[in-house]
Amino acid sequence: MDIISKYNYIIYIILMMIGFYTMIRKNNMVKKLIGMNIFQTAIILFYISIGAKRGGAIPVVDPAIAEVVARDIVNPLPHVLMLTAIVVSVSVTGVALATMLKIYKAYGSIDEDQILERVKQHEL
Amino acid sequence: MNSNIPVLVLASPLLGALAVNLLGKISKKHVTPWTLGSLVLSAAGSYVVLAKVLRHGTFTYTVGGWNPPYGIQLVLDPLSAIMLAVVSTVALIATGVALPSIKKEMLNRSHLFFSLYLILVSGMMGLVITGDAFNLYVLLEIVSITSYGLIAMGKGGRAPLASFNYIIMGTIGACFYLLGVGYLYLMTGTLNMEDIASSLSGLYGSPTVAAAFCFIMIGLLIKMGFFPLHGWLPNAYSYAPVGASVLIAPLMTKITVYLMIRILFRIFTPDFIFAAHSGIRHLVVWVAALGVIAASVIALNQKNFVRMLTYVIIAEVGYMVGGIWLGNTEGLTGTIFHIINDAFMTVCFFSVAAALLYRVGTTRIENLHRLFEKMPLTMAVLVVGALSVVGVPPLCGFFSKWYLLLGGFAAHHYGFVIALIFSSAANAVLFFRVLEAAFSKDEMTQPEDAHAEEGGEASGREDAPAFMIPSLVAVAVALILLGLNAQTVVSQLVQRAILNL
Repeated sequence: MDIISKYNYIIYIILMMIGFYTMIRKNNMVKKLIGMNIFQTAIILFYISIGAKRGGAIPVVDPAIAEVVARDIVNPLPHVLMLTAIVVSVSVTGVALATMLKIYKAYGSIDEDQILERVKQHEL
Repeated sequence: MNSNIPVLVLASPLLGALAVNLLGKISKKHVTPWTLGSLVLSAAGSYVVLAKVLRHGTFTYTVGGWNPPYGIQLVLDPLSAIMLAVVSTVALIATGVALPSIKKEMLNRSHLFFSLYLILVSGMMGLVITGDAFNLYVLLEIVSITSYGLIAMGKGGRAPLASFNYIIMGTIGACFYLLGVGYLYLMTGTLNMEDIASSLSGLYGSPTVAAAFCFIMIGLLIKMGFFPLHGWLPNAYSYAPVGASVLIAPLMTKITVYLMIRILFRIFTPDFIFAAHSGIRHLVVWVAALGVIAASVIALNQKNFVRMLTYVIIAEVGYMVGGIWLGNTEGLTGTIFHIINDAFMTVCFFSVAAALLYRVGTTRIENLHRLFEKMPLTMAVLVVGALSVVGVPPLCGFFSKWYLLLGGFAAHHYGFVIALIFSSAANAVLFFRVLEAAFSKDEMTQPEDAHAEEGGEASGREDAPAFMIPSLVAVAVALILLGLNAQTVVSQLVQRAILNL
């Protein structure tokens, strides 16, 4: 029962494996990129799960309440870290898309097998 | 003012990048002074920091006045200060070569190129001195994203293709690192490296810590191009514009090796790695030895000088990782000394490659003819670099390899010792082939013709462009000085760095 209540950790591993498989197995570059995004999102889910608490309050401390009990408040630090990770993931995606445009202009395809064929033709 | 130098060292190229980007749009004249100026400033700052650390010992800088464990700390111990000085010096040397080469290749986009270039340098220097595990991830990604961009600026379709593969592999590496840091955070509740290390001391048996360790190490091994995970490296470095690879190739792999040392010894401590998990240790050294041999063999099959260099780099990564995991002082001394030496050797080779591309237009070994007549200075620098990488005594490559060999013997890892000797022999063959081609005449089949041509073309002497010459001379002098003063460097810098780990 214990493991089922931690379903978010199981989902993160499943998502990560889906992303990993897509990145390695697929030939289409857009699919690879989507796999990469799923992979990164899985890690974001993991971090969010670390900080979350069942029934936890938002981490804004009301000065009217004298005592702050850390156990009742969600840990905001992992969530904040993930804002940075999202920024990183967006910029990597941006660079990857721009690179892909350049590849498409050069070879007229975003399928790796077709591109490799064309590379061989260029070199001959 | 004096106390803010560590952060000014980082800020100078960053502000330089902004200036290059904005002013370079107006006129390309602004690119050179701003790029060089900001790098000279940060190099000067890094020497001040190194002198301060050597005199007064380790100090830390608290960014923005936010105290650790919540704020970000820059840690300047002897090792990171040495690395900072090496990075800024190599970046300065590389810039002297990159400026003329990029202006020739893509004048219209040179301001864009150099603003990315400066951000990359800034990121590398931050990576070396940061004391925060998550900040390290962010800087690792800054460095990687700028390298993706710089590599994709190469000619034709192969460069973006190589860059795309690097993006996929690099992201997997960075995500593994991030996941490992997440596991450490889960166990310790902090991201500051010192703090993690102190909370971790009672947790060495925990499977979560072991998982964190594996994730972080695999992430770094991907990023540094360690042998079975090196797939992205040769294409990325050989299809990139040579102005980019002259900066990325010498520094990226070495900085990642340094990060590995830093994380192993500052976060996990030797007790954890070498006592609790000694099985992994032997495995890594064996894989490193295999990697050194395999990369050397593949390098022997290359027909292009730059592509050959990329496999030499992979072999050198094997040396350094093996040296760390030997688990004794000699090996670690060799590794740290080799990080310094190899950064200078690699920048030497890529500078020569840039000069060749500038004048000859190709780096295919079979097309390199009569270069000793045509470019005597460039070739002299290449000879110095080649002797160093082969390991001829007065030059620095010999001494770091010597320590690595001593480490191999002390740890009874004869496979690693054999790999090192094999790779030295392979390097001798590799560079002899290049030098032989460069020494030969144009037409090997018609010696009379070549002889006749020699008289007619006596004025064919055209060395590297004047702008590159200071860099080429500086790197050759650095290799010789590091070799002649090896004893001092090891006792004054490297061993102090190890004592402070």
